[in-house]
Amino acid sequence: MTKRKITVAVSGLNNIDSPGPGIPVIRALKESEYFDVRIIGLSYENLEPGLYMRDLVDKSYSIPLPSSGTASLLERLRYIHDVENIDVIIPNFDAELHSFIKLATQLKNDFGIETFLPTQEQFESRHKSVLYEFGEENGVKVPYAKMIFSANEIHSLKNDFTYPLVIKGKYYDASIAATPEQAVNYFHKISAKWGLPIIVQEFVSGNEVNVTAIGDGKGNCIGAVPMRKLYITDKGKAWAGVSLDDENLIEITNRVISNSKWKGGCELEFIKTKEGEYYLLEMNPRFPAWVYLAKGCGQNHPEALVRMALGEEVKPFESYDVGKLFVRFSFDQIVDIKDYEKISTLGEL
Amino acid sequence: MQINKNIAISDSGFVFNPSTGDSFSTNQVGLEIIRLLKENKSKEELIKELVLKFSTDESTLEKDLGDFFMMLNSYQILVNND
Repeated sequence: MTKRKITVAVSGLNNIDSPGPGIPVIRALKESEYFDVRIIGLSYENLEPGLYMRDLVDKSYSIPLPSSGTASLLERLRYIHDVENIDVIIPNFDAELHSFIKLATQLKNDFGIETFLPTQEQFESRHKSVLYEFGEENGVKVPYAKMIFSANEIHSLKNDFTYPLVIKGKYYDASIAATPEQAVNYFHKISAKWGLPIIVQEFVSGNEVNVTAIGDGKGNCIGAVPMRKLYITDKGKAWAGVSLDDENLIEITNRVISNSKWKGGCELEFIKTKEGEYYLLEMNPRFPAWVYLAKGCGQNHPEALVRMALGEEVKPFESYDVGKLFVRFSFDQIVDIKDYEKISTLGEL
Repeated sequence: MQINKNIAISDSGFVFNPSTGDSFSTNQVGLEIIRLLKENKSKEELIKELVLKFSTDESTLEKDLGDFFMMLNSYQILVNND
């Protein structure tokens, strides 16, 4: 089969100890059966390891931080598109998704660049701060949670929560507090880093199981692969994991994707209790960093996303391999100072 | 007493539970017990066969089996325990 030549721009090249999904997405695309993909890397920092992975990333450009606003991002993308003629953009950071969702129509109409992203409403509906309501709407259990804006509110939580409870940042970080004093301490630590509000969540004991999935935006779950972390870093990230045979988890994932008509890639994070109940802890609005495991199990989710972005009809995957492991590793790339100079000064490599 | 039918067991004694992602290693004796359980043998039949195969008495075997079943149960390798 002749593969169609396309150019895909991908962000999330931070293949570090708390990795972004960019490099796994690129690996899956480079192994596509349908496409011969030229990859354009989009970076926020000059030492993102993916910038220097020349076998995976054909050309890279730095782009402005989300805090710079959508106008400067659009201007930068216009420049990159003029040079590279991009077919599809896959943004991989939570923090940049809002900008890309906002620009999606303009990118398509003005430049012919396709994306495959959730709607703004879908994106907002699964935020940590409203996840409890999201669970109720989609028929999935979510630990009870409440937003607080001041450490003083912690002492009045005793009416709604028992200890231990979980103190979470709006975007990242979570700590289990066994006492009100610990909760106050974590409140200050996490709010200093990620701002307010802080989410207080009921603690549910059990095993963490995650699903990487993709929805077509019409209520169909195109693919889903569940995984349990086998080796966890001190940042709580999976360094190794194994694909699971769990029909209940697949059924819940199908229900969530179908009810919410989710469009694009996502990661669902669950706790499975000893009694076999599943509680949704988070729904991330993009592929996880372990999405390459899905490719390894026979479901190439990034390829399916690109096909749908390009308007192709994609049939749901029917199976995946159980008992496949991913095991990460780190290695040192030797980089010429000229390459670092190029990306630092010209914003291109 | 039944082994979870999804459990994968290799000849080397490597046991993988695809529902939980847990994996274990067992020795030849453990492997033999799991094999017999997979053949739907009752506890009594199991003891009878094991006593013939391994140099041990029934009461020691029964006690050791109890411990082993408890372990299998806690690792969700057994679906029920009689």
